[in-house]
Amino acid sequence: MQFFDPTILQSGQYHDWLVQGLILSLQLTGISFALALPFGALVAVMRTSTSAPLRALGATIVEGIRNVPLLAHLLFWYFAFPELLPEAARELLYANNAEAVCAVIALTLYSGVHMAEDIRSGIRAVPATQLEAARSLGLGRAASVRLVLLPQALRAATPPLLSQTVNLWKDSSVATVIGAAEMMYQVARVETDSFRSVEAFTFATLAYLTVSLLIALAAHLYGRRYPVRTA
Amino acid sequence: MLELIDTYWLYFLVGQYPAGPLGGLVLTVLLSGAALVLAMPLGLMLGIARVSPYRLLRWPTGVVVQLVRALPLLLVLFWVYFFLPALTGVKTSQASTMLIVLVLFDSVYLAEIVAAGIRALPKGQFESARSLGLSYPQALRLVVLPQTLRSGLPSIVNQLVSTIKATSLGYIIGLSEVSFIATQINTLVFTHAVEVYLVLALTYFILCFGLSRLAFLLERRLQRRAMAAS
Amino acid sequence: MIHLDKVNKFYGDYHALVDISEQVAKNEVLVVCGPSGSGKSTLIRTLNRLEDIDSGRIAIDGRDIHAKGVDVNLLRAGIGFVFQSFNLFPHLTALENCMLAPVQLKRASRQEARAQAMQLLEQVGLAHKHDAYPNALSGGQQQRVAIARALAMRPPIMLFDEPTSALDPEMVGEVLGVMRSLAQQGMTMVCVTHEMGFARDVADRIWFMAEGKILEKATPEEFFTRPQHRRAQQFLADRRRD
Repeated sequence: MQFFDPTILQSGQYHDWLVQGLILSLQLTGISFALALPFGALVAVMRTSTSAPLRALGATIVEGIRNVPLLAHLLFWYFAFPELLPEAARELLYANNAEAVCAVIALTLYSGVHMAEDIRSGIRAVPATQLEAARSLGLGRAASVRLVLLPQALRAATPPLLSQTVNLWKDSSVATVIGAAEMMYQVARVETDSFRSVEAFTFATLAYLTVSLLIALAAHLYGRRYPVRTA
Repeated sequence: MLELIDTYWLYFLVGQYPAGPLGGLVLTVLLSGAALVLAMPLGLMLGIARVSPYRLLRWPTGVVVQLVRALPLLLVLFWVYFFLPALTGVKTSQASTMLIVLVLFDSVYLAEIVAAGIRALPKGQFESARSLGLSYPQALRLVVLPQTLRSGLPSIVNQLVSTIKATSLGYIIGLSEVSFIATQINTLVFTHAVEVYLVLALTYFILCFGLSRLAFLLERRLQRRAMAAS
Repeated sequence: MIHLDKVNKFYGDYHALVDISEQVAKNEVLVVCGPSGSGKSTLIRTLNRLEDIDSGRIAIDGRDIHAKGVDVNLLRAGIGFVFQSFNLFPHLTALENCMLAPVQLKRASRQEARAQAMQLLEQVGLAHKHDAYPNALSGGQQQRVAIARALAMRPPIMLFDEPTSALDPEMVGEVLGVMRSLAQQGMTMVCVTHEMGFARDVADRIWFMAEGKILEKATPEEFFTRPQHRRAQQFLADRRRD
C-alpha cells in the first residue's frame, strides 16, 4: 500500500463521497450567504437607525450571536430547537435533511451578524450629507436608505464582506459536528473506512484553499476596479 | 433549570477533574489563555517579518500567513490530530493537539495585528529614532513596538475572544471542553436540551461579551489619550 | 564642515535636487528658504541620510557620508535633527525622551544621561516638565523637548526641518528663542524655515531654493535688501504681503 494514491481521488467510492461532501459544503455556503446578506443588511440598518429601541435590538442580536461560537449555535439548533417546535413541524424537519437545515440556520445567523458589522462600517463611511440630499429630494426614509445609502455602503463594505465570505466557507466545515455530510464529514468517513487519510485530507485542503483564494482574488480585483472614491 | 445547574455545575466547570483530566469551562479558559500567551513571541516575530524591508523575510511570512488564513481551523486540527502522532511517534492528547493548533492560528492573527500596528505608526516616529542614531532593531524595540503593542491591546483582547470560541472545535476530536461537557450533560438528562444549550450559550456570552467590552473600553481610553496629544 | 559636490536626486522622473554644490562652514548658521516643493526639505534630509542621493558627494568633516560601508547610525548620532512634527516618543516622558539615545548608544551611564537631560531641559526652559508625557505638552513645548533630545547626543551639527511650521503662531517665538540661543553658542546649524525674522536676525547666510536649485546665496542683509534673482524677489514680495 503506497503512501499517496491519487487514484482514489479520481474515481471510485471515496471519490464520490468526497465530491458529494464538497458539493454540500458549497451549497451550505451559497445558501447561507444568500440569506445572511439581507439579514446582515437589515441588522446593520437597525443598528444605525435613529430609533433607540431599534438600535438596542440590533446591538442585542449582534452581540448575542457573535459572542457564542458557531459550534454551540449548531448544537443548539440541532438538539435544542426542535424541542421547541410543535410535533408536526418537528416531523417535517427531520424528514427533510435536518442536519443541513439546522446548519444553514446557524451559519446564516452567525455569518449574518458579522456581515452586519461590516455593512455598518460601510454605512458609517457614507457621508451623512448623502442621506440628507436624498431626503431633500423628497424620498422617504426607507427609500433613501434603499436607493442611496445601502448601495454606497455595500460598495464600501465589499472587501470586508468578501473576507467574511471566506470565513463562511471555512465555517461550513463545523457543520460536521451535527452530522451534516459536508466535506470534513466525508473526509473523516473515508479515513475511518480506509485509513487513507492523506489523500482525503489533501483533497479537502486543496478544495478549501482553492475556493478561499478565488474569493480573495475576487476581492483584490474588485478593489482594483472599484477603488473607494470619496465625493 | 436551576435544578439542572445545581446538579451539574461542577461537571460543567471542571469536567471530570480530579477523577479525570481537566475539562469544562476551566479547560476552555486555560487553553485559550495559554495559547495566546505562547503565540505572542511567534506572532511578534512574524509580524515584524511581515513589515521588514527585506523581501526575503516579507514574502515567505506573507505566504505562510495567507495559507493559514485560507484554511479552516478544523481541517488543520484534523491534520495535526491524525498525522502528528505518526510523525513524532508520540501520541498527542486532544488538549495538546488543540493547543498546538490554537498557537499556530493565534500567531498568524497576532502577526497581522502587530504588522498593522507597525504600519499605522506615523513614519516620523521611526525616522526620529533613526535620526538619533539608533539602529533598526533598537528603533523597533524601544520606540515602535512599545507603541504598537499598546495600541494593539484591544485587538489582542479580541483575539482572546476568538480563541475562546475556537476551542469549541475541540469537541469534534473529543476534547472535554465546555461544549462537549454540555452535550454530555444533555445526553444524561435528555429532556432538557433547550435549558442545557441556553446555559452553554449564556456562559460563552458572559465570557466573550465581557472580554470584548474590555477591549472596547481599552480602545476608548487609547483614543482619548491620542486626542489629548494632538 | 559640510561639503556638497554636484549633488543630484530624482524621485522617478522628477529632478528634486539639481547639481547642488555648496559648503557650510563650522559655527555657521545657514537658513534655507523658498517656495514649497523647492527641495529644501529633501536637501536637509540628505545630510543625515534620511534621503539618498543619486549622484554627487556629500562630505561632513571630509568624509563622504553616502559612501558604501559608512555606519549610518554612527553618522546620525553625530547630527541632531529636529522635525516639523516634533516626533517625540509618546510612551516616554520628556526626560526619558532625552535620555534614550545616550543610554542605548552607550554614550553615557543612566545617571550621567539623566543629569545631562535635566540640564538640557533647563536650557530650553522645560526642567519643570521633565516627567510630563508628550500628550500633556503644548506644541511649542514638545518642539523644545525635541531640540533638547537632539542636543543630548552632543552633536556638532544641528539640522532643523521647518521646526515652527506646525506650531500655532503664539508658540513660534519660544522655539525660535531656543534656536537663537543655540546659534549664539556657536552651534553649526542648517535651518529650513519660513520665519524670515529669524533668518534676518540670526542667519549668517541664506540659501534661496526653487525647483531643486539654489538660486541665490547671500548674507541676510544682501538677501533682504538687494535680492538678485527674480524668483527671490518674487518670493520676498509675496512674504511682505502676508
